[in-house]
Amino acid sequence: MLSTAKKLRDIGVLGLNERNADFIMRLNPRRLYPRVDDKALTKDLALKAGMAVPDLYGVIEHQAEVRDFASMVTERDSFVVKPAQGSGGDGILVVTGRSDRKRDSFRLSSGMLISEGEIQHHISNIVGGQYSLSGNRDKALIEYCVRFDPTFADVSYQGVPDIRVIVYRGYPAMAMVRLPTRASDGKANLHQGAVGAGVDMSTGETLQGVLDDLLVEEHPDTGVLVKGLKIPQWDFILESSARGYEVTGLGYLGVDMVIDAERGPLILEMNARPGLNIQIANCTGLTNRVARIEEIFDAGASPADRAAIARREFAA
Amino acid sequence: MTQRYVYVLAALLTILGLSVFFYKWQVLGFPVSEDLEMPVWTIESAVRFKSGPGSIKVNLQVPALTPGFRRLNENSVSRGYGFSTNLGGGGREAQWAIRRADGEQTIYYRISVYEDDSVDESDTTPPFPPTPNINEPMRTAVDVLVGDVRDQSADTASFTTELLRRMNDPSPDPNVELLLAGINSSAGFVDVVTTMLASARIPARMVHGFPLAGRQRSAAFVTWLEVHDGDRWLYFNPVTGDESLPDRFLVWWRGNDPLVKVEGGSNVQVDFAIQANQLDAVAIAETQAAQLGTSAVDFSLYSLPIRTQAVYSVLLMIPIGALIMVIMRNMVGIDAFGTFMPVLIALAFRETKLFWGLILFTLLVTLGLTIRFLLDRLRLLLVPRLSAVLIVVVILMLFISMTSHRLGIEMGLSVALFPMVIIAMTIERMSVVWEERGAADAIRAGLGSLAVAVAAYTFMGMAWLEHLIFTFPELLLVILAFVLLAGRYTGYRLTELTRFKELARN
Repeated sequence: MLSTAKKLRDIGVLGLNERNADFIMRLNPRRLYPRVDDKALTKDLALKAGMAVPDLYGVIEHQAEVRDFASMVTERDSFVVKPAQGSGGDGILVVTGRSDRKRDSFRLSSGMLISEGEIQHHISNIVGGQYSLSGNRDKALIEYCVRFDPTFADVSYQGVPDIRVIVYRGYPAMAMVRLPTRASDGKANLHQGAVGAGVDMSTGETLQGVLDDLLVEEHPDTGVLVKGLKIPQWDFILESSARGYEVTGLGYLGVDMVIDAERGPLILEMNARPGLNIQIANCTGLTNRVARIEEIFDAGASPADRAAIARREFAA
Repeated sequence: MTQRYVYVLAALLTILGLSVFFYKWQVLGFPVSEDLEMPVWTIESAVRFKSGPGSIKVNLQVPALTPGFRRLNENSVSRGYGFSTNLGGGGREAQWAIRRADGEQTIYYRISVYEDDSVDESDTTPPFPPTPNINEPMRTAVDVLVGDVRDQSADTASFTTELLRRMNDPSPDPNVELLLAGINSSAGFVDVVTTMLASARIPARMVHGFPLAGRQRSAAFVTWLEVHDGDRWLYFNPVTGDESLPDRFLVWWRGNDPLVKVEGGSNVQVDFAIQANQLDAVAIAETQAAQLGTSAVDFSLYSLPIRTQAVYSVLLMIPIGALIMVIMRNMVGIDAFGTFMPVLIALAFRETKLFWGLILFTLLVTLGLTIRFLLDRLRLLLVPRLSAVLIVVVILMLFISMTSHRLGIEMGLSVALFPMVIIAMTIERMSVVWEERGAADAIRAGLGSLAVAVAAYTFMGMAWLEHLIFTFPELLLVILAFVLLAGRYTGYRLTELTRFKELARN
């Protein structure tokens, strides 16, 4: 047991206690949390910083505004409705099109048809706090529906694959691609059974995957090899995630991005307490990389500089 | 920086806690273990005499150094007499004095002692005794005997044993016969032996005392022989020559001074009565502390009203539960619902006992969850939803109690002892996790909570631990220090070793 601990220590695996005590408490002041916990605020800040995010079609904050929903999407055929403070992908409605015969009938990603009234009821639930973990009143965001890049089509089961980058004091330290599975119900959350694939920081190519703490070679549903996929616009992804530090002020940050077929990488959300399984997916620990970042840390470096350093330092 | 503050603070708390603990334990004698009763021996001596015409002065030898025993208290009952104790040649002397007294007089002296192995002979090393003046023909007999014994012995102990063997020989040699002529008491015999040892330049003296056993109306002194071997005093049975001491031998006085001297009185008679009582060890310690004039007892929980003591004996176990919680969560890494839920459940287990506690808890949570899922369809807001769950939990408790009472299972009634608010919160949390992370996670965390509760219950139910914390509440500081350190523990959790096993393999 002790030898296991020593081995993990040697390869620099970060444990929960160390993450909480040394990273989150030291680098993530509580007052900055709203910047990542409220997706409307995150989007706003990211836009101001010139980062690419899914376009916002509208925000519904009060029950009285729910009926404005139809006017917000008159121009749109596809869009996403999501709670600003939701967690784990709950309460997200993905509308991919409209019924051919009736404009006020919408088709969901699952293929089901849903009426405008039903969507309004759903929004009303979001506003009432149905999906917010704290149970407080919430906002409903209506935004661009990502048409995701075909790169990961063969290694995803429904849902949206996303890219998680861990950013330490502004320097991208580690990344993985999160691939939804049948077990994860289309959600890109490792806790719920999604596959995480490590990423070579210098090339942006995927490495082996992790499923439920175990290394896997193939996607469990499609059977396609997870390894060796080249993430498009890797440079841009690294730079955008590095910029997440300026946007949020959080020193230990998880940046989640999706790649749109037309618009390229977009920032979906950011996380102040990113999980640790990314280490298994990359077959290496975070502490060594963090130690290296501390060595070369330069407060004046631009996001592009920091992304370049990450590419240089953290090859797989 | 923070790290250093935590270390310093933890060290200070530990030192403070442990030093108070050691003081109370070692100096004041508070018991660390749970056998709360100790035998206390009360020895009462009654000095009776006829008073003479003039002033009266009574000197009685009383215990001074009592190896194996600690003095709890002593007192004297003597109407009209002035009383004092002084150190004298044989140890301590109690002195009573009165200007005038009439008729038959009785003076009582009473001492209470209890066994304490840490009290040993702390007497000083005596000088070599001067060669005693002995007249002929005794002198030759002594010299011959001492010479013979010296030839057949190696050290002080074997010398003494050999000497005693010869002196006790049923068919003694003529020298021994000469020396023991006219000696008819045990004290006289030991006196002769000490004289002989003195002529061999070995410090020796008589000890008089009682082997304490049961209740004795009139106890008789036993005289024993004490010999100094240069390092410490050895005890010898003057009859057998064995180096030993009778069981529970209370030394009353040493040397050949008479037990009692009465000036101005006659027909002196001294009687001893011995009685054994069981006394609360804590009470003994408190008496001891009071004698030392320390304030440690002022803050003892034993000074609180009994009812409050009962409350605190439970409350003081909560830090133990919290400690277990910290270890299980941050060092072992078990998932559990709510920070202190398992501790409160463990408290409830104390009343219901483990088996029924587990059954009732599982029953309650299962039923509660079922109803919570039904409530979920109503899409209620948080606070009304929580309140609804709470009301359902109360109704369920009532239902379980009624049903089990009907069925004659009285243990089912104790379900009322579960903290219902905590149970309601647990059900709520569990259902949220169930929906968000799936049934497997929810059930795993539920079982984790139960496991932590059982561990906390096990430790919180340890009678010796409860006694220890209750008697030495300062140990809570040590627990606090440990928890502070655990708060800065950045090592792996035990479960992470399995979680990251893939990484450790390569």
